[in-house]
Amino acid sequence: MPVKEKIIEKIFFLIALSSITILALITFFIFEEGLPLILKIGPKAFLLGERWIPSKGSFGIFPMIASSFWVTFGALLLGIPLGLACTIFLAELIPPSIGILLRPAIQLLAAIPSVIYGFWGLIVLVPLIQNYLGGPGLSILAGSLVLSFMILPTIITISEDSLKSLPPSYKAGALALGATHWQTIWRVLIPAARSGIVASIILGMGRAIGETMAMIMILGNAVKMPTSFLDSARTLTTNIGIEMGYASGDHRQALFATGIVLFFIIMGLNTLAIFLSRRSVH
Amino acid sequence: MSQGSKIVIKDFNFYYGAVQALRNINLPIQPNQIFTIFGPARSGKTTLLKSLNRLTDLIFGTNHTGSIFLDGTDIYDSKVDLTHLRRRIGIVFDLPTPLPMSIFDNIAYGPKLSRTNRRNRLNEIVEKALRSAALWEEVKDRLHGSALRLSGGQQQRLCIARILALEPEVLLLDEPCSGLDPISTTSIEETLFQLKKDYTIILAPHNIQQASRVADRAGFFLNGELVEEGPVYQIFTKPRDKRTEDYVTGKFG
Amino acid sequence: MIINRSRYMTQSIAKFLIWMGALSTIAVMILILFQILKEGLPVLHLRFFLDSPKNMGREGGIFSTLIGTMALTGVAIFFGAPLGVGTAVFLREFTRESKISRVIRFGTDCLAGVPSIIFGLFGFVFFVIQLNMGWSILSGGLTLAAMILPTVISTSEESIRAIPPSYREVSYSLGGTKWQTITRVVLPSALPGIFTGILLSIGRSIGETAAVILTAGSSLVMPTSLFSPIRTMSVHFYILAREGISMEMAYGTGAALILLVLMINMMAQWLINRYIRHRT
Repeated sequence: MPVKEKIIEKIFFLIALSSITILALITFFIFEEGLPLILKIGPKAFLLGERWIPSKGSFGIFPMIASSFWVTFGALLLGIPLGLACTIFLAELIPPSIGILLRPAIQLLAAIPSVIYGFWGLIVLVPLIQNYLGGPGLSILAGSLVLSFMILPTIITISEDSLKSLPPSYKAGALALGATHWQTIWRVLIPAARSGIVASIILGMGRAIGETMAMIMILGNAVKMPTSFLDSARTLTTNIGIEMGYASGDHRQALFATGIVLFFIIMGLNTLAIFLSRRSVH
Repeated sequence: MSQGSKIVIKDFNFYYGAVQALRNINLPIQPNQIFTIFGPARSGKTTLLKSLNRLTDLIFGTNHTGSIFLDGTDIYDSKVDLTHLRRRIGIVFDLPTPLPMSIFDNIAYGPKLSRTNRRNRLNEIVEKALRSAALWEEVKDRLHGSALRLSGGQQQRLCIARILALEPEVLLLDEPCSGLDPISTTSIEETLFQLKKDYTIILAPHNIQQASRVADRAGFFLNGELVEEGPVYQIFTKPRDKRTEDYVTGKFG
Repeated sequence: MIINRSRYMTQSIAKFLIWMGALSTIAVMILILFQILKEGLPVLHLRFFLDSPKNMGREGGIFSTLIGTMALTGVAIFFGAPLGVGTAVFLREFTRESKISRVIRFGTDCLAGVPSIIFGLFGFVFFVIQLNMGWSILSGGLTLAAMILPTVISTSEESIRAIPPSYREVSYSLGGTKWQTITRVVLPSALPGIFTGILLSIGRSIGETAAVILTAGSSLVMPTSLFSPIRTMSVHFYILAREGISMEMAYGTGAALILLVLMINMMAQWLINRYIRHRT
């Protein structure tokens, strides 16, 4: 191979390393900034502490971890059935007239900026909840409802892909044995595409845990252990988003430390989803 | 080494991973003749053709032993310039493979790669190549239209013209008429007759009738082995090997 | 037939529920757009786009935020697109399934899942502080470039994968080098797909808020260089709405944001459809 070709290959190789380089840089800098504080106050006090009072040097993020999971759990409660319904609808039931409406609708759901979702939650859902269910309105319930729509595109596109990649013989075989269309979908197609669907849900979960701006606008941001879906709450992401603007010193480090926890959760979910979707390919 | 041969294949074996596709091939090929290699599907014809201009290099996990000489130089020598080699030995595939660009750009693609050709010279090259492939009259008014809109037969002649534009020495054709109608086939065969004055042609025909119609010499391939080779009338009328006879008389294949 | 009635009943109920799910998704989407556009569209006059915000955004328009958005997106694409396309070319043309390609794919998939606030934290320490670029178009643009990288890589790789292998074989058989084959056959054929990926990335850059606010700042002053801090439309919208500065202006900016994203998305869809039709 001529020298020029060798050089070109090396250049492309270096370019191809960009994504893992960035991932490595992100990991390094988040840890470099956040780890010293975790070590200083101790992992247990940081992760399980319930008091977050930066001015007094108490940095316990347990309420935020709990709130993140509450909000995400709520989002999945509505997002999974809705996502599966849309997936089945797109892959199996779709009449063309609705199809040309639903598909762009889902792509739009993915394209709408999160601040728009947050704003919509703020002007529509929050007053509704306040009036009919009580409480401050700015609540986990409002956050979960908005998030469930934000994660729909993730769930739908990935699980639809895994449904569509099934061999057509599965469906033909089940129908030939006398199963109804619905039995075919529910007992044959969905179980066969299981790992892809689970991967899509896990990625949707990652998306929900990572969402920041919309949540700042609707959750109310109070630091306390959630006890009901009508409580206002502060998640890991919103904690960073709200306070980064003015934090310094230990306080800023504590926010990066919050980032480390978030990063761990997300990487765990990502790895699980990648593992599952690799398996569904084979 | 045989005197006057353009290509000499010597003790050549070829493997895809653990699967052996060619077994100990020894074959001299004379210039200005059409040599046809025929045999049932998967007998190693395509592999042999692609080995001749080292397109097999693009496939991962392949291996070979032995040599192939072009004018006395081993083409597998590490000092061989691959791009130069492929310009000397052109190949036409079984299905027409026009690139998604205009007719003109398809033909000019090869000449432009070497950067030695100026624009006005390019017009000449394209016209000459299209004339040699008997396509000029049909496309001269739409040279800048998409090559994808040509008929199958025209596309295949375009692919031949694209090779000719490089003025190669050897022409490899891998079942060039397999997807074509009888009229296109006839016109491509006529083109080949014209071309053998200037080129060494190695043809894998898509049936033995074509082999007997156009070739000067023929070699019969079976399971990666060269069973026998000789003048075409001899191979088709009095083959020396029982397997060749069974194949030409239609007992299998 | 009697035996079968219950399972057809189940089927009818299930299908009804699925219809409800699909329709309510469409309904919510329309509701979101409708409510913001209804209040926001009346604000959208030409002056709204061409006047700079005055009095913290209570009056005037969104001109400087429009410029900020464009500058930031431009920088993001300028750095993100070549890196992404280059990675895709490497994965498809220079290597097959190997240890290194698996590592790169894993890294890309992970990067795709990293939340934007983490990108914001990273951009803040790395670009703003360590490299001393301050809150600026450059810091924000580079952070966004890292964010859009996975999208560009996966769409480019997908469209390079779709190119018939015969194109490459032809190019090599005519004496083309790898570089010539890539620049003259592979990339031109993959261009519509690559462009779709870039459009989607532009959409994502325009809508991003969390990462931008931490790296590009929120200054309303007209930028003068790549090192000026800026406020994008999304950030402007967020500040107007959250701090209750002006609901009218917030609706207007929100509507402008939606229209912009809608336009870009429709262009991308149009390209995909045209591209697929072209192929078959």
